[in-house]
Amino acid sequence: MQGKKIFKLLLFLLLITPSLTIASEEVAKEENSVKSEIKQDIMHHLQDAYDFHLFTDKTTNTHYGFPLPIILWDGGLHVFMSSKFHHGEAVAESKENYYKIYHNKIYKTDAEGTLSMDKDHHVTNAKPLDFSITKSVFSVMLISLFIFLLFRGFAKSYKKSHIPNAVGKFMEPLVLFVRDEIAIPNIGEKHYKKYMSYLLTVFFFIWFINLTGLTPLGINVTGNIAVTFCLALITFLITQFTSKKDYWKHIFWMPGVPVPMKFVLAPIELLGVFIKPFALMIRLYANISAGHIVLMSLVGLLFVFQNWFARGAFLGLTLFLSIIELLVAFLQAYIFTMLTALYFGGAVAEHDDHH
Amino acid sequence: MEKLINEFSVGLFFWQTLLFLALLFLLKKYAWKPILNAVNEREKSIEEALNKAEEAKIQMAELVSANEDLLKQARIERDEMLKEARVMKDKLISEAKNKANEDADRIIASARESIQHEKMAAVTELKNQVAILSVEIAEKILKEELSSSTKQEALINSVVDDIHLN
Repeated sequence: MQGKKIFKLLLFLLLITPSLTIASEEVAKEENSVKSEIKQDIMHHLQDAYDFHLFTDKTTNTHYGFPLPIILWDGGLHVFMSSKFHHGEAVAESKENYYKIYHNKIYKTDAEGTLSMDKDHHVTNAKPLDFSITKSVFSVMLISLFIFLLFRGFAKSYKKSHIPNAVGKFMEPLVLFVRDEIAIPNIGEKHYKKYMSYLLTVFFFIWFINLTGLTPLGINVTGNIAVTFCLALITFLITQFTSKKDYWKHIFWMPGVPVPMKFVLAPIELLGVFIKPFALMIRLYANISAGHIVLMSLVGLLFVFQNWFARGAFLGLTLFLSIIELLVAFLQAYIFTMLTALYFGGAVAEHDDHH
Repeated sequence: MEKLINEFSVGLFFWQTLLFLALLFLLKKYAWKPILNAVNEREKSIEEALNKAEEAKIQMAELVSANEDLLKQARIERDEMLKEARVMKDKLISEAKNKANEDADRIIASARESIQHEKMAAVTELKNQVAILSVEIAEKILKEELSSSTKQEALINSVVDDIHLN
């Protein structure tokens, strides 16, 4: 597994070699430009994109990758490929409407692509409802399909024998881990079954997405706030809609404390209901984004330093952090699932005693 | 916070929700249910098998002890039979001996008896013979004695004397 990651990292280095060679030739006079370029690359990587960009040859200014479909709702459906934007450089026309990408967002413009700014340099142009298959959406689609096929095959293999196939041999302990170490201890034997599907799905979804984020494809899905928001929202909704009477009682009328305290606790507890999923959302987002920033910064430092000794050290550090990120990928999936199970457990807990 | 809200993409949220829910329901139907069922079933069957093995072990132990009991009993029975046979043999032998002794005694007794018989018969015979011989001798002597009249007179006189004497 680790060897594979290292291989992938090397592949990543290989993929960005064109920009490296160019950068190192002119680096003496353009060190600052390299730094800002790296910073720009990292920022660009962290954001979602309208096309699946792999790498750019800066000498010829050719982008390698493939376009993805743009789907806009603007008084009618507009569907066209992102190649129309020419990587944000051109104005795209669809059904006599004109659109331009500015800072990774699509704005409605005129045929010349003029953007009007307010005094804070915020674009005031209208934004169409954007349901484009972005890089993240495309990745989620692919990974979801992969997960589905993987686990369907695994599930099917049980029909032949009690012993699962090769995938199952690896995944079954993890499924059992989610059941025995996450679901049952936090939710309890009685209620855990109805939450298993969600817990397993969210665990493997986050884990696989995190892992693909470590590949040189430059996918950053769980580092998107919309994705973590969606997952946290589903956790929040399931918690509220499956909760028992005791859950609400503990929020609005905490048993076992003096009456004035009950009035103090109620708003705090109510706030907690929203803070919990909010923390879930931010934790996953921040951890994955930070991991990507750190890793990419270290890779970037390899190009900033001219000293081979420093480069070797940074290469080692990068490898080390890649391995740490592998752990983080799993850990964040585990923490998200564990806390989700904990909240579910709180929702269905039955207290017979008043503490 | 403002940056986060600015970064929030409605489209991505929409697709993520749609795809995730689709994945959730598909996996629930095609993966998690069969997997968890299979795992549960397997765990149950393992538990059953273990229980059965435990039962079999107990039964085996019971069987072994029963076998041992049987063996012990058989051994005791064999010993008893051997003992009985020995006793019977001794009894038979002694009985046979006794019977032989008795027979022998009886034979001896009867032999002795017949010998006695024979002896008596012989003695009687001898007596008879002696009597006959005595009579014959007496006859002859009488004949001799009474061959002359003087002698007869003498005899008569002696008899008469005898009678007189009486």
